[in-house]
Amino acid sequence: MTQTPVLELIGISKRFGDTQANDDISISLDKGEVVALLGENGAGKTTLMSILFGHYTPDSGVVKVAGVELPQGKPRAAINAGVGMVHQHFSLSANLTVLENVMTGTERLFRLGSNTRAGRKKLMEISERFGLKVDPDARVGDLSVGEQQRVEILKALYNDAQILILDEPTAVLTNIEAEKLYATLREMAAKGLSLIFISHKLHEVLAAADRVVVLRGGKAVAERKAKDTDRAELAELMVGRRVARPVREASTPGAVVLSARGVSVGTKLTDLDFELRAGEMLGIIGVSGNGQTTLAHLVSGLVAPDDGTFEVFGEPVTRASVTAMIEKGVGRIPEDRNAEGAIGDMTIWENAVLERVFSSRFSKAGLVDRQAARTFSSQLVERFDVRGGDPDKRIRLLSGGNMQKLILGRNLMDDPKILIAAQPTRGLDEGAIAAVHARILQARKAGAAVLLISEDLDEVISLADRIQAIAGGRLSPPVDADKADPRQLGLMMAGDWDDVEPAHAH
Amino acid sequence: MRIERRPHRPLSLIVLSPIIAIAAALAVSGGLIAIAGANPFVAYGLILRGAFGSILGFTEMLTRATPLILTGLAAAVAFRAKVWNIGGEGQFYIGAIAVAAFASGSWIAGWPPVLVIPMAMAAGAIAGMAMLLVPLGLRLKFGVDEVVTSLLLNFVALLFVSMMIEGPLRDPLAFGWPSSVPVVDAATLPKLIERTRVHIGLIVAIGLAFAIYFIQARTVFGLQSRAAGLNAPAARFAGVPWVRTLVIVACMSGGLAGLAGAIEVMGVRGYVASDLSPGYGYSGIIVAMLANLHPIGVIAAALFAAIMFVGSDSMSRALGIPSYIADVTVALSLLTMLVSLFFTQYRIVR
Repeated sequence: MTQTPVLELIGISKRFGDTQANDDISISLDKGEVVALLGENGAGKTTLMSILFGHYTPDSGVVKVAGVELPQGKPRAAINAGVGMVHQHFSLSANLTVLENVMTGTERLFRLGSNTRAGRKKLMEISERFGLKVDPDARVGDLSVGEQQRVEILKALYNDAQILILDEPTAVLTNIEAEKLYATLREMAAKGLSLIFISHKLHEVLAAADRVVVLRGGKAVAERKAKDTDRAELAELMVGRRVARPVREASTPGAVVLSARGVSVGTKLTDLDFELRAGEMLGIIGVSGNGQTTLAHLVSGLVAPDDGTFEVFGEPVTRASVTAMIEKGVGRIPEDRNAEGAIGDMTIWENAVLERVFSSRFSKAGLVDRQAARTFSSQLVERFDVRGGDPDKRIRLLSGGNMQKLILGRNLMDDPKILIAAQPTRGLDEGAIAAVHARILQARKAGAAVLLISEDLDEVISLADRIQAIAGGRLSPPVDADKADPRQLGLMMAGDWDDVEPAHAH
Repeated sequence: MRIERRPHRPLSLIVLSPIIAIAAALAVSGGLIAIAGANPFVAYGLILRGAFGSILGFTEMLTRATPLILTGLAAAVAFRAKVWNIGGEGQFYIGAIAVAAFASGSWIAGWPPVLVIPMAMAAGAIAGMAMLLVPLGLRLKFGVDEVVTSLLLNFVALLFVSMMIEGPLRDPLAFGWPSSVPVVDAATLPKLIERTRVHIGLIVAIGLAFAIYFIQARTVFGLQSRAAGLNAPAARFAGVPWVRTLVIVACMSGGLAGLAGAIEVMGVRGYVASDLSPGYGYSGIIVAMLANLHPIGVIAAALFAAIMFVGSDSMSRALGIPSYIADVTVALSLLTMLVSLFFTQYRIVR
């Protein structure tokens, strides 16, 4: 191609202390092209984009927009040159309307009144042109996450962005919203915009990008046309070695250990029926927000059923008690490890024993046995390969994958009879996902009954023995994972399971 | 120039932060002293001499520090678990009036001090607890912010105390000056040093600081209350009895502030008047913040505040600078401490 690329990054390097975050990276972007920046957490993707956008100044290297060099460290210059950034965590005000959010920062501070009429016209034009439908007068706080992201994109386009950078755009979206986003991105590229998006998800870079640049350890290690590559190759390039997600082996389920008959909780869960046997894994698949959180809380002992029979080892559970569940041998992996799984400012050993500190193993006469707690956490760190897991370090300093290994470990150390795993691999990179899957399968093999609640279809199909879909707080009848096909599961996730032939109990 | 979160907080910074904060507060109020027409170094020298230069000054400083340690602990214990108890002042007065009501009757006069003193202290502490359980209950039941309710209850408490000392508990021998009946001799705290005002309440306060340190650092309850304060959803997920933990924390906090009032009556004043506290409850919040909520640090921070308060009285007599400069310095040190705490977590990068 002879035309000048709309964007060029040439020889960018940036070092933070001992870490070489970016090492001589060069990337170019053509008009109308979608480039994916693929890499594991910590590969340097976000640093590179922050340099491009002027948040950081590079140690060396230049950024050129349409052949013109951008001054370093000046976000305003990047915006004026037509670069727009959509952050992973939105920068929107929940109590302002869509129009107000979009116009914020576009007008001079000291002028009387705001030209909302012109603003509205421009917003509607953009939204029309790129097929990004929004109600300009809706309060942003009332919008769904997917819609908020659309507002964030519109905000960038409103600033006349020609080049759009999206940082992990699907991290907060449901599968269906993500599908829509890919379509929107393609559409915007077809209309002449150029896009870079950052991701660590293989299927999405293949679905949405023309070209994939793989970053590893701060270096651009490979570049592929999306149509000339596949998941296996990208995974290998990204991780630097072959990774294969483990798949379950056959098992012979034992007695029923967890069962629900007609269980309802508030308005979130209605008339649930499920059964879980020792040595098998039941997968609950569904789009987020359909009652998974409450289901996870129910089986974790945080809420009690309002109606119906919920039994653990044949004993009915009538009141919510976390400690009772733990004492019965239920291991629990919470849905959101930062919100519920770990207390960032406490040490690793404190986090490792907090939920079992009442037991005589870790405390005597109300005093914490620090010796026992530290020993336990050192063993845990060792056995579950928690990198950087010094027991006296604050847990905040661990990476997401290592934090998850620690949470898994504290539950699996004592060989639980039941394991509840809610979204166990959300936000983790390929290497960590494989490790977490292997551990969960190991627990199943050791005879634990596993309840896997997940939004990831691949995960559920490859791990679970039976699958039930959750939609609108109701559960579908179970289907055998061997016989399930993604299309049928997709329908079930949408709440359509009348034709489903239930799997018979083993 | 931008502000960026520190990846980890160096211990040296955490230890240094109150010292830097106090130095900055002293520098700013030094400017004010200079404007008032005195040499700040001379003034600070006089403050130090006032607090350390004589037995009287030194013991007076310790007497002043005693309630400050207790109200400081009250705030520190609560803030650790994110119970925002701003009602230390009210709890202090309620604790004081409870002792005046309990330990002033003739029925108790003949009892031995070994019995009366602990019972009177307990009465003050229980009254303080009750005073904080109200706002906590409102928070747990209805989600009412306890910052507002505990603060406003201070005024309710003060008015209640005025009502009592002008009504049912009024001392008929006080010549019209509204004050409560005095507590009996058996409820009076022994002096630590004869012919001074410093009393065994100081030992109680220091002992409690160490006890609380031990509870926070070593017990299951300490671990759980810290978890509840740092991340409530995670604490609940881990099975920490959240409501029970907060109730116990509130009992400790309110109890300490109530105890401070009780001890001030039993050790210093002997009766309750509406000028019993020069804002001990509020200063306790500053003391707790300066101590970074560490119970042992509270002792040091309370001593700093007491030095400023007592020393500035004698400095003011010598230089004619109003002794309010002590209030200004202590209040400033809260602001500088907040800034310096911020910089233990964040740093400026160019």
